[in-house]
Amino acid sequence: MAEISLRVNGSAHELDIQPQVSLLDALREHLGLTGTKKGCDQGACGACTVLADGERINSCLAPAVQYEGREITTIEGIGHPLQEAFVHADGLQCGYCTPGQICSAIGMLAEHKDGMPSAVTEHLAVTGGELDDAEIRERMSGNLCRCGAYNGIVSAIREVAG
Amino acid sequence: MTVIGRPLDRVDGRVKTTGAARFAAEHPYPGLAHAALVPATISRGRITTLHTGEASAVPGVIAVLTHLNAPELKPAPKVTPLRLSSLVSGTSVGYLQTDEVHWDGQPIAVVVAETSAAAREAAALVRADYAPAPAMVDFAAAEADARPQRGNPLMPGEAKKGDAEAALAAAPVALDLRYTTPPHHHNALEPHATTAVWDGDRLTVHDATQAIDWFRAHLAVRFGIPAADVRVLAPFVGGGFGGKVSIWPGTILAALAARATGRPVRLALTREDVYRTVGGRTPSIQRVALGATRDGKLTALVHTSVTRTGRVGGLPEQVTSQSRHLYDAENIFLRQSIVPLDLLSNTSMRAPGESIGTFALEAAIDELACELDLDPIELRMRNEPAVNPMDGKKFAHRMLREAYAVGAERFGWHERDPRPRSMRDGRWLVGMGVASAYHPSWRFAANVTVRLSADGTVLVRCGFQEMGMGGATAQAQIAADALGVPFEAVRVEYGDSALPMSPNAGGSAQTASVAGGVLEACGRLKRSLAAMARRTGGDTPETILRRANLPYAEAAAGSDTRFGRISGQVRFMANLLREQRRWVKAASGAQFCEVRVDPDTGEVRVSRWLGVFDIGTVVNAKTAASQLRGGIVMGLGMALSEETLVDPRTGRIMNAGLAEYHVPVHADIPPIEVSFLDDPDPTMPLGILGAGEVGITGVAAAVANAVHHATGTRVRDLPITLDKLL
Ligand code: FES
Ligand code: FES
Repeated sequence: MAEISLRVNGSAHELDIQPQVSLLDALREHLGLTGTKKGCDQGACGACTVLADGERINSCLAPAVQYEGREITTIEGIGHPLQEAFVHADGLQCGYCTPGQICSAIGMLAEHKDGMPSAVTEHLAVTGGELDDAEIRERMSGNLCRCGAYNGIVSAIREVAG
Repeated sequence: MTVIGRPLDRVDGRVKTTGAARFAAEHPYPGLAHAALVPATISRGRITTLHTGEASAVPGVIAVLTHLNAPELKPAPKVTPLRLSSLVSGTSVGYLQTDEVHWDGQPIAVVVAETSAAAREAAALVRADYAPAPAMVDFAAAEADARPQRGNPLMPGEAKKGDAEAALAAAPVALDLRYTTPPHHHNALEPHATTAVWDGDRLTVHDATQAIDWFRAHLAVRFGIPAADVRVLAPFVGGGFGGKVSIWPGTILAALAARATGRPVRLALTREDVYRTVGGRTPSIQRVALGATRDGKLTALVHTSVTRTGRVGGLPEQVTSQSRHLYDAENIFLRQSIVPLDLLSNTSMRAPGESIGTFALEAAIDELACELDLDPIELRMRNEPAVNPMDGKKFAHRMLREAYAVGAERFGWHERDPRPRSMRDGRWLVGMGVASAYHPSWRFAANVTVRLSADGTVLVRCGFQEMGMGGATAQAQIAADALGVPFEAVRVEYGDSALPMSPNAGGSAQTASVAGGVLEACGRLKRSLAAMARRTGGDTPETILRRANLPYAEAAAGSDTRFGRISGQVRFMANLLREQRRWVKAASGAQFCEVRVDPDTGEVRVSRWLGVFDIGTVVNAKTAASQLRGGIVMGLGMALSEETLVDPRTGRIMNAGLAEYHVPVHADIPPIEVSFLDDPDPTMPLGILGAGEVGITGVAAAVANAVHHATGTRVRDLPITLDKLL
C-alpha cells in the first residue's frame, strides 16, 4: 500500500492505495468521483480522459501514485461552455463517452492554441492555424463514441472554439 | 403550438455533461464488495480440478465462488410464448452450477474482494484443469451442417412465391452471388455492469439493461423469489444496441455473489469480459440470385442465408426479412438456415437480420443495375411494389419513391458518371452508391400513468429504458401536446421496475409503444377532468382541480396487477397478430454514399452521406436525427472495419478489445445529412415507425456500391478492408 495525496478539482485527498491502482480507479472507487468513465481500461477509448495540469490524459493508463502533486481536473470540476454546447448540438446520446469527450476537447483546444500540430496539419510553421472540422476530427479521434454522436460533438467544439 | 416535432434539447443532457448521471457500476453502498470473473479456456468439456488457493490468499479476497461452493440457482426457464420474459435468457447454462463448459469464456469462477484491484488480481490466479470434449466452433467449416430454421407466424424462416429457381434459369439476365459478413460486437461504450444488493430475500439490482421488466422476471425465477421482491433500476445505460436485451452471466453472478457473501456486490465487466460473456452478431453466408428481363423487371429473387447460434442459446437471425418486402419480383424464394456451434449464443445487434441482409440484397441489386447498364435508382423504381410482394398485403406506409427522389436531388446524384472508375478528385478515386434501408415497425403494450397536479405540472411514469434514444424528451413532448401543457411542465420517470411496466427497448418499438400508453392515459385523464368540470365548474385543469379540492388527477393505461399484465399481454398479442395479417409496417429510407479511394493503398474514406428516411412522425427532430446518424455510423463500421475474429481451432475471440476491434472514430465520420419525410403512419400510435435501427440498414451496401463505382472492384465479403481492393 502507498499513502499518497491527490489534488482533484481543487481539493486534496489522502489515499492509501496499492501502487498498481490506476488514477481512474482511484477517482471512481476511492474518491467516489464516478463522472470519469471506464470504457476499456486499456487506453483505447478515451472515456477516462481527465486533465492533469491542464493536459488531457487517459486516466486508466496512469498509475495514481505518479500523480501526486499534479492538479487533476475531472468532469465534476469543470464548468465550461462546451457542456452547454454539447447538449445544444446533441453531441451525446447515452452520455457515457461524454465526460471524456468534454475533458479531451478542453485539452485539445489548449494544445491547438499552443501550436501543437496534428497528423492533418498542413503547415507546421504556422502555429494556431484554423481549427477546421478535419483538425477537430483528427485531434478527437482518441475518444470513441459508440452511439455515433460524432457530428454533434464536432459542431459543439467548433461552436465553442469560435 | 405543438411540441411534437420540435428539435428540443434532450432533458437529460445536463446530467450527462456534468458527470452527475450515475450508471450501473456507480452506485455507492456501505460495505460494497467487488467481483471479477474467471473465464473458461476451453470451448467444451468438463472442469476436473479448480485451483483457487492462491486466489483466496490474495489480501482483501472475501470469497472465490465456483460450482463447488456457489449457492443454488434455479434453471433458466424454457422459452414459451406464454411467458415472454423467458426469451431473455442469454444462455441456458446454470452458471457456477455445473462442471460443464459450453464455450470458451464461460465464467467458471467469481472472485469477490474488498477492491476491484484485489478481485482482478485474484481472478487471474484461479487455474482450472479440464477434460475437453470435441467442439464445433468453425462457422465456415460448419456451413454444410446448417439446417432450415423453423419459423413462427411473425418471423417465418422460409417464404416462397412461384418457382424462383426455374425463373432464374429462364431469365434473360441472371446473377448468382455469394456474400459473407463476419461476427460483430455491440461495444456499447459502457461495459455491462451490475450492482446487486440483497435485503433479506429482496433483491435490488442496478444494471445496464435494455429490458428492465424481463430482467426482473428472470432474476425472480433464477433466485426462486416473487417478482415483486426484485427491483431493477437502469435510469442511465451507456448504450445497448441489442447487447443489453438478454440477461448474460454477469448480472446473475453479481446477484449470486451478493447472496453468497451477504454483501452488496458490484460486478463491472472488463471490456474483454464483455466479449467473452455477452453474445454478438452472428456471421453470415448469403446467397442472392436475381433474374431479370433486359429492361430491368425482376423475374426471380432468391435470398438464402446461413447463420449460427450457440448450442446453449441464441436467436435465428432474420437475414431475409427485408427481401419479403423490398422488390416486386414475380418469383421469390427465401430461406434462413442455422447451425448451432459450441460458442456463446449469438444475440440481437442493431437491426438483427436486416443490417446484414440489406448488405447482400442491396449490393446484388447494384450488381444487377451494372449488368443491365441501368441507373441503380431507376432499377429500384422499376421494381417498387404497390403491395407486399409475397402475399399482396397492404403497406401501412411506403415512401421509398419519395425518399429516392428527395435524396437524388439533394445529393446531386445526376452528377454521377455511371462508369466505374470514371470520377476523380486529384489522386482520389471517387464513387457514389445508394441502397435502401428497411426495418419492420413494431409496437408492444406499455403501461403508463399520467398525473396532472393543481400547480399545472405533469408527471408521466413508465419503466422504459433510456440508453441515449432520448425517450424521456420524446415522451414529455407527446404528453405536453396531448394535455395542452408546456413542454417544461412535464417530467418523465423511467428506468425502474417499480414504475408501470414497459416493454423492452428492442425492435425500434419503444417510442411508439410508450407513446401509445401515454396517449391512452392522457385521453382518460382529459375525460375525467371534463367529467369533474361538469360537476364542479372550472375551465382550466388547475381551476377544475382546485374547485374539486384535489391535489392532482391521475389516469393510467394498462394495469400492473398480475391479472392486468397477463390480460394486457393477451389482448396485445391478439391485436398484433390481427394487425400483422392486415398490414406490412416498416420504416424505410434511401442511403446515399460518396467515397474516396486511394488508388495506390486501397484506403477508403467516406466523404459524404445522406440518408432520407420514412420513420413516420418525427417526435423530436434533433434526437431522431442523432439516432439515425448513430445507426449510419455503426453501419460504416460494419462496412469498413468491424470484425470479431474467432479462432477457428479453439473458438476463442482473438480481438476482444477496442484496440483490436475497430469501431469508427471521429476521423472516419464525415458530416452525415439526415432528412425526414415526416409523414405519420396511419396504423401506429401518433404515426411513429421507429428510428433506432433503420439507420444502420443499407449502409454497408451503399458503401460497397460506392466503392465499386470508385474502383471497379466488387467486395462481397465484409468488412471492405484495403487488402481486398489491391
Ligand atoms: S477507459 Fe481509459 S481509454 Fe478506455
Ligand atoms: S454518447 Fe454513447 S458512447 Fe458517446
